Amino acid sequence: MSAQPVAVAPIPRGALSQRVGRSALDWLPAAVVLVLVLVLWEATIAIFDIKRFLAPQPTAIAGNFWDNRGELLHGGWFTFQEAFGGWLIGCGLGILVAIVLARWRRLGRALQPYAVAASAIPIIAFAPITNAWFGPFGKTSKMAIAAVLCFFPVFVNTIRGLTSVRPSSIELMRSYAAGEIDIFRRVRFPTALPFIFTALKIATVLAMIGAIVGEYFGGAPEALGVLINSRNATFDFEEAWAGIGVACAFGIAFYLAVAALERLALRGAPSTEE
Amino acid sequence: MSVVEIEKLTKRFERGDVVALQDIDLAIEPGEFVSLIGPSGCGKSTLLRVIGDLIPPTSGTVTVNGKPAPRARADHDYGIVFQDAVLFDWRTVAKNVALPLEMLGWDRGRRKRRVDEMLALVELDGFGDHHPWQLSGGMQMRVAIARALAFSPSLLLMDEPFGALDEMTRERLNMELLRIWEASLSTVVFVTHSIAEAVFLSTRVVVMSPRPGRVANIVDIDLPYPRAAQAREDPRYFELVTRVREALHLGSDLDAVAR
Repeated sequence: MSAQPVAVAPIPRGALSQRVGRSALDWLPAAVVLVLVLVLWEATIAIFDIKRFLAPQPTAIAGNFWDNRGELLHGGWFTFQEAFGGWLIGCGLGILVAIVLARWRRLGRALQPYAVAASAIPIIAFAPITNAWFGPFGKTSKMAIAAVLCFFPVFVNTIRGLTSVRPSSIELMRSYAAGEIDIFRRVRFPTALPFIFTALKIATVLAMIGAIVGEYFGGAPEALGVLINSRNATFDFEEAWAGIGVACAFGIAFYLAVAALERLALRGAPSTEE
Repeated sequence: MSVVEIEKLTKRFERGDVVALQDIDLAIEPGEFVSLIGPSGCGKSTLLRVIGDLIPPTSGTVTVNGKPAPRARADHDYGIVFQDAVLFDWRTVAKNVALPLEMLGWDRGRRKRRVDEMLALVELDGFGDHHPWQLSGGMQMRVAIARALAFSPSLLLMDEPFGALDEMTRERLNMELLRIWEASLSTVVFVTHSIAEAVFLSTRVVVMSPRPGRVANIVDIDLPYPRAAQAREDPRYFELVTRVREALHLGSDLDAVAR
């Protein structure tokens, strides 16, 4: 029998321009939907004479963004730093605690029910409390709430990933006389990585929510959440909406950055190449 | 010196109080190809795992290359292949084959040379950069065999390696395995529930009976090597298949009488 390199799914490779070209085509339907929604939004407000405190027109929001772009982007960057700091702390701790509890299962079984139960708590309700603990004007209080929000999904997913290794994989490693550390490094952690990245992506969204909602209860004057809240109070709805748009943009960029990191880390895995 | 020597081996699982293996005595000589065959629940896979020190025996002794089984495992005296290829998706084919060599601390250059040799041996040259999920089931199994033999262990343990493959792929891989076995000079212990496969491959077939798992009979297979596909049409082959089948049925009848 001779092996011929046929009947095997080819590794998708192509010139960069080709790939960009194809992905642009993939995105076309979504782009069309976005444009349609914006046009519809604009038209609806004009036709039905909807009051601007309910919803300003997209063109008015865009114009306002352009006029205040310095202030808005600075606020967005400030809030993103809080979210990112909280994300780092929360995800780091989540992964660390999961590793410890997956390793010492007895301890894990004692603590895990509480961790799962805690993940059902509306943690965002604690935002005013963290403001009291760490002071409302610094970044620390927002990082704290973002970190707690990020912790639970990352913890739960990591522990699930670390313990979902097939028994035959462990047997194979034991046949090589591998110790716990080798099994962790070469089998458990790589197996858990897709689970971890799923949680890291969810956590980016949670971190942004935590930071902004935390700011609604008081924060540095330059912060985006404070800005949105105060513009809303002073009937400057266009800038409030522009602020929401900036928050969305930073949130999406954060998510996409982690998704790109995931693709890099999991390259070659079947789930990332469809 | 026998490669595997088993004396008065008994394995009892505490959970369910099951006697998986009872009073097994078996010696396997260098260069042999021994198949363990029997109905499910006869403990053949358990026996393989006890030889590999993946499961501890309840009583009795298991010696591999003259050493206690745990010592032999620590010394990398055997390679193992499971029914599922157990390849790691995040590693390329070449890196999967190199895994045991990494564990042994081989340097990169030496690893690469050996991986190339092994991929050539299982006729997968050029597939080193593929990922396991890009290969067919039969090709994945050949990668698993290459990995098990990469560090030239004197003993190869195989737990129903072709059980999940279709009949044609299985027969092709049987031929392939015989060629590899003859080239590698290692001893093979092969668990299967296919009579045809056991007779075609082996120098000896150990027939086991269930509850508790015992050695019911040992059939010497005197078909000459190298065995070509035509060996499956040899009258002697059919005689031996019949003998193994009868031994299997006798084992189950004894079991029925005992109960």
